[in-house]
Amino acid sequence: MRATRQKGQDDSEGDTRARYPTYTARMRVLLMRTCLSDAVAPSVWKATRRVLQRCGVEVTVPRSQTCCSQPAWTAGHPDQARAVARHTLKVFAGPEEVVVPSGSCAGMVVHAYPEMFKGEPEEEAALDLARRTIEFTQFLSKHGLDPGPGSSGPVTIHDSCHMLRVLDESASPREALEVAGCAVEEMEHTDRCCGFGGVFSITFPELSARLGEEKARAAVQSGAGEVTSCDLGCLMHIVGVAHRQGIPLRARHIAEVLDR
Amino acid sequence: MSTWRRRDAGGVAYSDVEGTLRERTIVALSDRTLRGNLDTAATSWGEGRDAMRRDHGLDEMRERAREIRRQNIRDLPALLSEMQAKVREAGGTVVRAADGAEACRYITGLARARGVRVVAKSKSMATEEIKLNEALEDAGLEVVETDLGEWILQLAEEHPSHIIAPAVHLNRSQVADLFREEAGTDDVPDDREGLVAHARVRLREKFAQAGMGVSGVNLGVASTGTVCIVENEGNARLVTSQPRIHVAVMGMERVVADWDQAAHILQVLPMAAIGQDAANYVNLITGPRREDEADGPEEFHLVIVDGGRGALRGTEFEEALSCIRCGACLYSCPMWRSVGGQAYGSPYSGPIGAVITPLLEGPASPASRDLPFMSSLCGACGEACPVGIPLQDLLVRARARASSPATRTSGLAFRAWSRLWRHPSTYRTWMAGWRLMLRARGKAGWASHLPGPGAGWTQVRDMPTRWPPRR
Repeated sequence: MRATRQKGQDDSEGDTRARYPTYTARMRVLLMRTCLSDAVAPSVWKATRRVLQRCGVEVTVPRSQTCCSQPAWTAGHPDQARAVARHTLKVFAGPEEVVVPSGSCAGMVVHAYPEMFKGEPEEEAALDLARRTIEFTQFLSKHGLDPGPGSSGPVTIHDSCHMLRVLDESASPREALEVAGCAVEEMEHTDRCCGFGGVFSITFPELSARLGEEKARAAVQSGAGEVTSCDLGCLMHIVGVAHRQGIPLRARHIAEVLDR
Repeated sequence: MSTWRRRDAGGVAYSDVEGTLRERTIVALSDRTLRGNLDTAATSWGEGRDAMRRDHGLDEMRERAREIRRQNIRDLPALLSEMQAKVREAGGTVVRAADGAEACRYITGLARARGVRVVAKSKSMATEEIKLNEALEDAGLEVVETDLGEWILQLAEEHPSHIIAPAVHLNRSQVADLFREEAGTDDVPDDREGLVAHARVRLREKFAQAGMGVSGVNLGVASTGTVCIVENEGNARLVTSQPRIHVAVMGMERVVADWDQAAHILQVLPMAAIGQDAANYVNLITGPRREDEADGPEEFHLVIVDGGRGALRGTEFEEALSCIRCGACLYSCPMWRSVGGQAYGSPYSGPIGAVITPLLEGPASPASRDLPFMSSLCGACGEACPVGIPLQDLLVRARARASSPATRTSGLAFRAWSRLWRHPSTYRTWMAGWRLMLRARGKAGWASHLPGPGAGWTQVRDMPTRWPPRR
């Protein structure tokens, strides 16, 4: 917000600012693709870009970006994580808001970067990036953006843990789907962990899969047939478990649902 | 904040636990009865806690509880000195034990010196931590657990699965079977009241024989030297008043400054622990029986155990000392709900157990070094904690301190990962290679066998190679 306001203040048309306080037509953001999207589902970051562009946002996708470093951080290797995160700080330097189609990656930057860079030369830069970073649906909600109609649904929403408990957000994805005219069928225990947990999914696979199966069954029981979420990692896990176990469930990232 | 360093300490985790942590989760996951019992307990706790949030403002009380406990830990040395002085003033004896072994030596020595044969115990995590029962039994004493759940476990020869509700993993018919076996008769009722009545009769016989009562301590109040023991069954009242000697074992961090603070924490504790606004009994004990009093023990001994706690002050793990052992993080944890506390192999299970067991033992201890990794970092624990311990952050920090062959292997892997992923060109090359591999392995849109670390993924689930995934 701060960044876009600064953009606005640079603008000479003072009257327009009063009438359109968010300057949607001139808003410029940086998009963090996320490594999972790069690795498994480029369609997710591309859908995010399209939805933002439809809202009139100017989207820059820095080509040199890599990863927020969460895998190493949560695996207990902060030094290795910091080396990658330093690169991310450089890539996303600037006044713009950084939009992330992942509650987990956004949560990493917002919540963990300040701890990771405490006492380091990049501490200020880390705090600055933490302030400018925002999850995709939170961004839509914060600026009251309307991308127009998306899928009609129905979908069911899995509240990813980092979205829910690190970013303390459960309203913005629902709001975005409502604005897009997409029907939502809530599942039971939508706030319960699906068992993905990054490295946890491969260090304790059986436990992880058990929770994934429960989540997949709850999603199916909602009657929606398709599960969506702000986090691709959870979806890959839920739908991967479902496919292995023959549970009929489709999955798309929320950006894809909003896209069409 | 200084960095916490390893110490060599006696084991907190149980030494008789079999298999790796992951193997134990697999065994527990196959136990349907266990799963049902855990789910019933956790659901009932969740409903109670929701009511506390709604009707009593538990969320609002949490901020003050957090402040109180953080301040207590900062002031710990002074509070402990004050506590010690006040207990002595009231006629009690205070012993500061550097570790569990020292505490056990003192208590067994005391029992021997006083000619005690039977020791009655009320529920205490600190004594479970220092393995007091084993020490007393090795010294030839008979130990009787008088908390219903602990007695059930004693009969079952099992370890507790929850901080507050140790036998929560067992259901009524399993308990009835144990009682029948112990009593040597089938004449034990099946219903709840009948079972409790049966246990009461059996346990009362033991109280009469006990020469020493051992309790834990929920809170020590420094300003008056009072120990608070919260319970639901009345057995702790008997343990602390009936035998000639009362020994209270307290983890050194469990002290608050005054009654204003104690009142707040004592309100928060049952709300978080059992989802009720009060526990049935709150015992407040200041020293032994006085001359003008009819009840109470002749001797009161307070054993304050460090056991690795003091070394955590001033480190990135300091907030773990705020814990009031309510067990809320256990019930809220999807992992604990799935496998129960026994799989953790430590008296302290769930998220707080996964953090403090390796802290108290040292990060290289084979018995506990894997514990911090048994979490999806979902944050439900931190949300449930009534004193606001950021448990998911502590879990991440504990992972960074862990030391094992597995962490060394992953350290090497992440070193390579970090080299590749900090440069866009090598990152893009890696990604291109990965995507080629995915396509090759999953032509129909799904891969069922991936190499390397991916094998852990495809062991239990498929990997979509097209997105959105195909049906």
